[in-house]
Amino acid sequence: MKIVVCVKQVPDTKGGVRFKPDGTLDRAAMLAIMNPDDKAGLEAALKIKNENPGTTVTVITMGLPKADEVLREALAMGADDAILVTDRVLGGADTWATSSTLAGAIRNLDYDLIITGRQAIDGDTAQVGPQISEHLDIPVISYAENIKIDGDYVIVKRQFEDRYHMLKVKMPCLITALAELGEDMYMTPGGIFDAYQTEVTVWGRKDLKDVPDTDLGLAGSPTKIAKASDRVAKGAGEKVTPDTPKDAVAYIVGKLSEKHVI
Amino acid sequence: MSLKVEECKDVFVFAQQVDNKLNSIAFELLGKAKDLAKDLDQQVVAVLIGSGVKGLADELAWYGADRIIVVDDPELKEYRTEPYAHALSSVIEKYKPEIMLVGATAIGRDLGPRVSARIHTGLTADCTQLDIGDFPLQAVEGQEQKHKQLLMTRPAFGGNTIATIACPEFRPQMATVRPGVMQKQTPDKSAKANVEEFNPGFTPDNKYAEIQEIVKSVSNVADIAEAKILVSGGRGVGSPENFKLLDDLAAAIGGTVSCSRAVVDAGWKPKELQVGQTGKTVRPHVYFAIGISGAIQHAAGMEESDIIIAINKDENAPIFDIADYGVVGDLNLILPELTKQVQEAMAEKA
Repeated sequence: MKIVVCVKQVPDTKGGVRFKPDGTLDRAAMLAIMNPDDKAGLEAALKIKNENPGTTVTVITMGLPKADEVLREALAMGADDAILVTDRVLGGADTWATSSTLAGAIRNLDYDLIITGRQAIDGDTAQVGPQISEHLDIPVISYAENIKIDGDYVIVKRQFEDRYHMLKVKMPCLITALAELGEDMYMTPGGIFDAYQTEVTVWGRKDLKDVPDTDLGLAGSPTKIAKASDRVAKGAGEKVTPDTPKDAVAYIVGKLSEKHVI
Repeated sequence: MSLKVEECKDVFVFAQQVDNKLNSIAFELLGKAKDLAKDLDQQVVAVLIGSGVKGLADELAWYGADRIIVVDDPELKEYRTEPYAHALSSVIEKYKPEIMLVGATAIGRDLGPRVSARIHTGLTADCTQLDIGDFPLQAVEGQEQKHKQLLMTRPAFGGNTIATIACPEFRPQMATVRPGVMQKQTPDKSAKANVEEFNPGFTPDNKYAEIQEIVKSVSNVADIAEAKILVSGGRGVGSPENFKLLDDLAAAIGGTVSCSRAVVDAGWKPKELQVGQTGKTVRPHVYFAIGISGAIQHAAGMEESDIIIAINKDENAPIFDIADYGVVGDLNLILPELTKQVQEAMAEKA
């Protein structure tokens, strides 16, 4: 079978968010990584590949040329092909325009299953996966915690707040992956070598299939930013280092009673 | 297809129900919709989708719906993306809302994007504030300033950036709204609403997933989002047994125990108790962060708490950057004595 995995390069928030002296985010100082939910989706795809000989995994990303880095990482982990969709006219896209772009790229491919992460840690929208599925007119299952292949069908454990559903749906379909779906897969030395031998396919606007210009980039984005600001980190309050646990307790009890909590 | 801006009016709310019981988010959205509709001089319309759900309409009226559209069909008994997306987008195509609000729940965050893509309109995710105002906010030379637009504010980047978004050219203006943020209005049991039934027809196809099994988590764990005081532990607590220290403090102060993601990942506590970006957003009156380093993902779920008290032996832990009162010290030595003194103080007060 053929699996397409959508990945995104995002700034790493886990290694610590860096602020500039003026309190705004210092994006340049933060490492760029493969979005964690997307990585879980890729790991799930590679697991399916291992269990189903003849399966191929194609990774695709939309971004700046630099996003090539996450594609190399995916290849080193075991993906077969990689596609970078990059073009100046695609910049400034909201989730509608991003999903239109990725759908336009995926229309060029043969696929049984598309996997995306549930959400990216920079935007946190969880919208692009379901929107791609709608543009391609295929079923979607979001919040997947487990995937099993059963002939032409997939059986997915779909998580809700207070329950889960076991869902069965016919391929082709799209699944959005929760972090729980992933099982650690690491780059191997051979994989890393191959990753730099494999050519990453680069597509631009002209390679997108059946997408009008009006659905792309900033101009094709129905949502517009009215105002954006880095939220200046909430100022730290007091920090004390008491000499003894008793002093620490006295300090906390003092604050609790000052604030009428006790 | 897309809707014409000038044809659209009224503030619509997706009244989420599961097992024929309305979710709290439905009432929260109605509360906010009431404010927005007032600013627009329009009506609040609840969209109720399910099977055998008509009986829930009264409750929606009590919480502020002027009109209720009911889509009732056996195919809608359990939430499934396709029939629900068909139901909601059919309602939107027929009734042409100005605004469509959906809860940012595990259902709404699946339904919202699917519907917005079908209708061809914008969708802003996980909003924490909604207002009616001008877009652009300030008039710009050579650009028409549109009035009475929905301004949707949301945090991104784990809460480190905040953006206000508009959707000036497409309708409805759609948003998913974070649960627990908007205020419900006090129910008015004398309120009545017009109830209208609408069925667009449901023809199962390959997009209708088959539900093989539904497993409800039988949990008697507390709802941490409702707690006024949370005693929250992180990896620094050291072991599941050591959470006893937090249980004792929580019992003494009338609080509930919650935890960080590391604790859930280690299998010490169930996911229902997890605070943070991938857990629950909480804003209690008092939040004790005990042995929690305070990674940004955790902070995103608790930094709106009124009073944050942190205890951590690492003086460089990021939790001290957001704590109102930070204590550098050993939780194992501090907590037993703290619990004892809190007990005494509470006994005195009683």
